[in-house]
Amino acid sequence: MISLSHYLILAAILFAISVVGIFLNRKNLIVLLMAIELMLLAVNMNFVAFSHYLNDLSGQLFVFFILVVAAAESGIGLAILVVLFRNLSSIDVEDLDSLKG
Amino acid sequence: MEFKTILFYVFSTVTVVAALRVITARNPVHAALFLVLAFFNVAGLWMLLQAEFLALALIMVYVGAVMVLFLFVVMMLDINIERVRAGFWSNLPLGILVGGLLAAEMAAVLTGRYFGLANLPPHDLPANHSNTKELARVLYTDYAYPLEIASVILLVAIIVAVTLTLRRRKDTKTMQASAQIAVKAKDRMRLVKMASEVEESAPAAKQGEQA
Repeated sequence: MISLSHYLILAAILFAISVVGIFLNRKNLIVLLMAIELMLLAVNMNFVAFSHYLNDLSGQLFVFFILVVAAAESGIGLAILVVLFRNLSSIDVEDLDSLKG
Repeated sequence: MEFKTILFYVFSTVTVVAALRVITARNPVHAALFLVLAFFNVAGLWMLLQAEFLALALIMVYVGAVMVLFLFVVMMLDINIERVRAGFWSNLPLGILVGGLLAAEMAAVLTGRYFGLANLPPHDLPANHSNTKELARVLYTDYAYPLEIASVILLVAIIVAVTLTLRRRKDTKTMQASAQIAVKAKDRMRLVKMASEVEESAPAAKQGEQA
């Protein structure tokens, strides 16, 4: 029988993979955005699993709202990416140093 | 082994492999397609958890909209893959260290000996139970205000995406509606007071014909 910890560990593995992805693809902003999407997916999986095993529907509603925020985030992120590429002809994170931070 | 158990392992294996390919693929188009595969398999896992509405929403919203947006952007930008891949392997040891540590720590906590997570029984709902109906009942009563805030967030996202990427060409000729509406009648027509003028030649010719 599949227990709750099976789902939680799968989500933890997914989350760790996306953290590694953020380390690996420092130069590629598109893959960074994809890694963030994977992270949100892992978190959503935790919510759905807890919702099923605790028999509480609130978890699924949180997933609903996370989906909304994630869709808005990726839409705005990609718009910023397009504007960035028009101005800099690059999607390297290290080229974004005009604020001298 | 139960059929659901086999399904869980199939879906989760494909998800993990697809996620690994997302972060290691050379071509961003392949990365986006593997991300679609990962989302699809996670939707299958959510079906196993009896969250049917969310599983279908994940496929429709993510695979149908967000990933298509990603593919559009990836194909629109002309990316130099060699330059983007620079420093990929030098970051690998640190990334694997951090990620492995993260996964190991979470797994150590979540294996269930401490919280009794393994003992929680799954709540298998009857076949005629409507997940969508239950979600809607809670969403439009207890969560009505969050729902409206969510819709405002989506509206803001639309406006931001349009205003950020909108580019006006300077040489196009367009109507300016605000200037057109602001025009008053006296700007277009001027009334002048003057003495009336009598046309001389035409009446004189008429008299000549009669005589």
